[in-house]
Amino acid sequence: MNNFEYSRPETAEAAIAAVAGDAKARFLAGGTTLIDLMKCDVEAPTHLVDVSRLPGLDAIEVGPGGIRIGAAAKMTDVAEHPAVARDYPGMREALLLGASTQLRNMASIGGNLMQRTRCSYFRDPSYAQCNKRKPGSGCAAIDGVNRGHAILGTSELCIATYPGDFAVSLMALDATVHVQNGRATAFPIDDFFLPYGPSPHIEHPIGRDELIVAVEVPASAAARRSHYLKVRDRESYEFAACSAAVGLELEPDGRTVRDVRVALGGVASKPWRARQVEAALRGKTFDEPTIRRACELAVEGAKDWGHNGFKITLAPRVAARALMQVGGLE
Amino acid sequence: MDLRLLINGAEHRLDVEPRVTLLDALRERLQLTGTKKGCDQGQCGACTVHLDGRRVLACLTLAVQAEGREVTTVEGLAEADGTLHPVQRAFIRHDAFQCGYCTPGQIMSAVACIEEGHATDDHSIREFMSGNLCRCGAYPHIVAAVREAAAEMAPMREAAE
Ligand SMILES: Cc1cc2nc3c(=O)[nH]c(=O)nc-3n(C[C@H](O)[C@H](O)[C@H](O)COP(=O)(O)OP(=O)(O)OC[C@H]3O[C@@H](n4cnc5c(N)ncnc54)[C@H](O)[C@@H]3O)c2cc1C
Ligand code: SF4
Ligand code: FES
Ligand code: FES
Repeated sequence: MNNFEYSRPETAEAAIAAVAGDAKARFLAGGTTLIDLMKCDVEAPTHLVDVSRLPGLDAIEVGPGGIRIGAAAKMTDVAEHPAVARDYPGMREALLLGASTQLRNMASIGGNLMQRTRCSYFRDPSYAQCNKRKPGSGCAAIDGVNRGHAILGTSELCIATYPGDFAVSLMALDATVHVQNGRATAFPIDDFFLPYGPSPHIEHPIGRDELIVAVEVPASAAARRSHYLKVRDRESYEFAACSAAVGLELEPDGRTVRDVRVALGGVASKPWRARQVEAALRGKTFDEPTIRRACELAVEGAKDWGHNGFKITLAPRVAARALMQVGGLE
Repeated sequence: MDLRLLINGAEHRLDVEPRVTLLDALRERLQLTGTKKGCDQGQCGACTVHLDGRRVLACLTLAVQAEGREVTTVEGLAEADGTLHPVQRAFIRHDAFQCGYCTPGQIMSAVACIEEGHATDDHSIREFMSGNLCRCGAYPHIVAAVREAAAEMAPMREAAE
């Protein structure tokens, strides 16, 4: 790991100014992915500006309209918050099924949202080709081992899978990401993750010196009846092969779908909202055949890159199962 | 940089570069080699220590990030007279290791797992201990040791509440 300067400013403004004033400076929160990538020689900032102790940045505020989670809040503290357990159970599950307790005790919500969409070739600079690590160099995964890679939202330049869980649950719940950079800006969560275009190394609409201050999740009946199902190669401490964040609200008749949310993880280049599935279920009777038919729509346009075709079969099943579990059909 | 770290109740002063991890500071500067380096990249749990009472990975924590926090390592678990912590005793009773390399991390993680209230049944123990890998596959004995230590610690935990 290269050496660097370390600072711990006392205000958000000072932290932003410190990063803005130094082209090779970066915010540091829990360090669980930044320090790791620095050890792999993938990242080499020369100044780390620690934002993990900024006063108030870890606050979790609950109101009737929703919950506002400070960017420095730890994954563990959010998962263990009673309002999260009560009103956003799917978000809690997504947090608790990510990484390990040790990592969740360190990792912040802001850092979690900023974790790179990456693959094992990205982590290993001995591979010359990686358009994310070295724009224009090619992609080692397209003709390489790509079992874990994405089937949705890929491009000929990069097929890496968005690896996180928490943001998938945020995607289902229509969260907003609040960013500070002199002026305050808010991004709907779907816009906070850019689709792969000509520059797959650019993953977010914010610059290096823009600080995430909070994530806001609106309260809803679908959030209160939400669920996160994560399917993976080993039972725990593993990234998703496929995951589904779902939310459900039925009409008073108890069987007609009023509101439904479906987002997928582990299969796409970004947290992936399956709006076609939702549209096919809204107003319909909530039963297994209808759910299974609707969930097939989740993989429309999916592409098999050689080793990951199994995800085209898996994703609709995971989505359907998550819906059946949340709806009490399984 | 000049750092003061509070480790196992004692203050240590050391002069380190910002890039030095807590793990390297413990092992190479303070000769506290109980904390092990397995993968050095956050994947195995061998380096687990407690920071302000919560388990974290020392290999991904910069020493400077531990400034002003209370660090507990496996060396700090036993009582001053040498009486082992209930989790340490349970690991010995159950022979919950083979080579022993993952053991300090397993023990630090287990102590926290019990204190968090996650050692409720075998399934939960496995889930909340999943951040600690054991190449020797001593898992069944580790789970048994954690289960028994949790039962032994239950009255103490209740009294503390
Ligand atoms: C072994 C391992 C397994 C894992 N498994 C999972 C998993 O199963 N599921 C999952 O979802 N994740 C998983 N992760 C990823 C983990 O969730 C992230 O590493 C963590 O959430 C990052 O948070 P952090 O605070 O440590 O970020 P840091 O490493 O401190 O920072 C990450 C990035 O975010 C930037 N940043 C930090 N805070 C802010 C802010 N407030 N505003 C703007 N930018 C900011 C930093 O500059 C840096 O670029 C795993 C990680 C490891 C090491
Ligand atoms: S899939 Fe993306 S991250 Fe992986 S090697 Fe190709 S360009 Fe790099
Ligand atoms: S040495 Fe820290 S997790 Fe492996
Ligand atoms: S006892 Fe050998 S690695 Fe666990």
